[in-house]
Amino acid sequence: MFTIISRILHFGAKNFWRNGWLSTATVAIMTLAALVFVGLVMFGVVTHAAASAIEDKIDISVYFKTTTSEDQILSIQKSLEQLSQVASVDYVSQAQALTTFQQQHANNQTISQAISELDTNPLEASLNIKAKDPSQYGAIDQYLSSSSLSQYIDSISYSQNQSVINRLATIVRDVNVGGWAITIFLALVAGLVVFNTIRLAIYSNREEIGIMRLVGASNLLVRGPYIVEGVLWGAIAAVASLILVAPAVYFVSPYLAAFIPGLDIFQYFYTNIAFLFLYQLLFGCVIGVFSSSWAVQRYLKN
Amino acid sequence: MIVFQGVSKHYSDRGIALEDASFQIDQGEFVSLAGRSGAGKSTIIKLLIGEERPSKGRIFFGQYEVNKLQDNELPAFRRHIGVVFQDFRLLPGKTAYENVAFALEAAGRPQREIADLVPQVLDMVGLGDKMKNFPNELSGGERQRVAIARAMIHRPEVVIADEPTGNLDPFHTFEIIKLLEKINQLGTTVLLATHDREVINELERRVITLDKGRIIRDEKKGKYILV
Repeated sequence: MFTIISRILHFGAKNFWRNGWLSTATVAIMTLAALVFVGLVMFGVVTHAAASAIEDKIDISVYFKTTTSEDQILSIQKSLEQLSQVASVDYVSQAQALTTFQQQHANNQTISQAISELDTNPLEASLNIKAKDPSQYGAIDQYLSSSSLSQYIDSISYSQNQSVINRLATIVRDVNVGGWAITIFLALVAGLVVFNTIRLAIYSNREEIGIMRLVGASNLLVRGPYIVEGVLWGAIAAVASLILVAPAVYFVSPYLAAFIPGLDIFQYFYTNIAFLFLYQLLFGCVIGVFSSSWAVQRYLKN
Repeated sequence: MIVFQGVSKHYSDRGIALEDASFQIDQGEFVSLAGRSGAGKSTIIKLLIGEERPSKGRIFFGQYEVNKLQDNELPAFRRHIGVVFQDFRLLPGKTAYENVAFALEAAGRPQREIADLVPQVLDMVGLGDKMKNFPNELSGGERQRVAIARAMIHRPEVVIADEPTGNLDPFHTFEIIKLLEKINQLGTTVLLATHDREVINELERRVITLDKGRIIRDEKKGKYILV
């Protein structure tokens, strides 16, 4: 068995080297497919970051009547935190609201003077609520609008921003679903192109396969070297695509960071380079091995 | 050793290729299959090596009943046979040495034995100095000698040659026939399919003559006679 395996490896490597043009053409196609593959992974990262950035901007604020005590607000905060749809609830007291207001209008003399002349703090305490999913703000709004809580609440920002929030939620959902659809579609296209390229490469060797069979070579000895070639094509394509992608990501990264704050695609690429290589290697090798085995199989009869 | 019992081969598109063929070939014989193109010579060879299956009848080779072999049993069966074709059927991506070595590699022989044996056999067919040449760097006669070296290197029980001289000039034709006779003298059964009158008449060996898919003559010391 060891002799057979070493012969298969030897024949596969030799065929790869001697069929120089065929190997180059196949590796080129597989590199393009691997580029599509790694491009899709990066696209996924960008769309996810974009969706998260949008999600981060969405929240609803509940403003409490000035007559509502802090204890009552904190108990409402607790009850909100227990809701399954809620990700976080931040309490902004009347004093904090005033400080923030003063800071924001520090340059406006008229407003600063007007505030300092007041005896009481006119600003309301509030709770800023973030949902786990943007589509769940409606349910949180309904909970807050229930009769037991409405006596403490002056206003809820959701009602004012409902259409904008719903719009953003739709965009986030569409970006995620669209990203997946494009990924699956392009991965299928890339897979089919590679599959057909390998089929053609093996079709051009069909007579050799017949000769090997006539000489008494077992199916393993005939098929094995083509599978080794498939693995070599896939591995070299994986390396080549990473070499091509690295400078492109480095160049594009600052532009994307300006577009989506907090996204450093080059950093992501750099820290995940081993996984990306492994994914591409797996993609290349699996498709190489599968296509080669399938294409050779039909010539292994008689 | 080789037995055909009432073997027929019919094609739906090409009609009858072989009809009710029965004959026996013993160990060590040199037998020529004679006949015009399309007489059924190549069909007999294809049936014998399991490349085609008969429509009717039984084919025996030693302990094998060839017509009953499964696809996965063919490689092991074919290692008992060496085949030489008119179009050489060498592997174009392998050198003369590698083409010959492949027959031994397919049989699972150790590398050391291959390294010893291949140069000896290539020397025997007169190609000791062209071991590293690829088929496209060799002449027709040289390619056929590589094919013969490949067919005989694993010491098969039978060497089958299907029109081995069809693409060669008279000088190279007799070179190849002499090689086949030499292989036969070493104890290997040889089955030669040819439509070359001079080759058959020169050999003065057993001749099975075919016409339109039927065996019309089987003589111990035959001549090329078609009527």
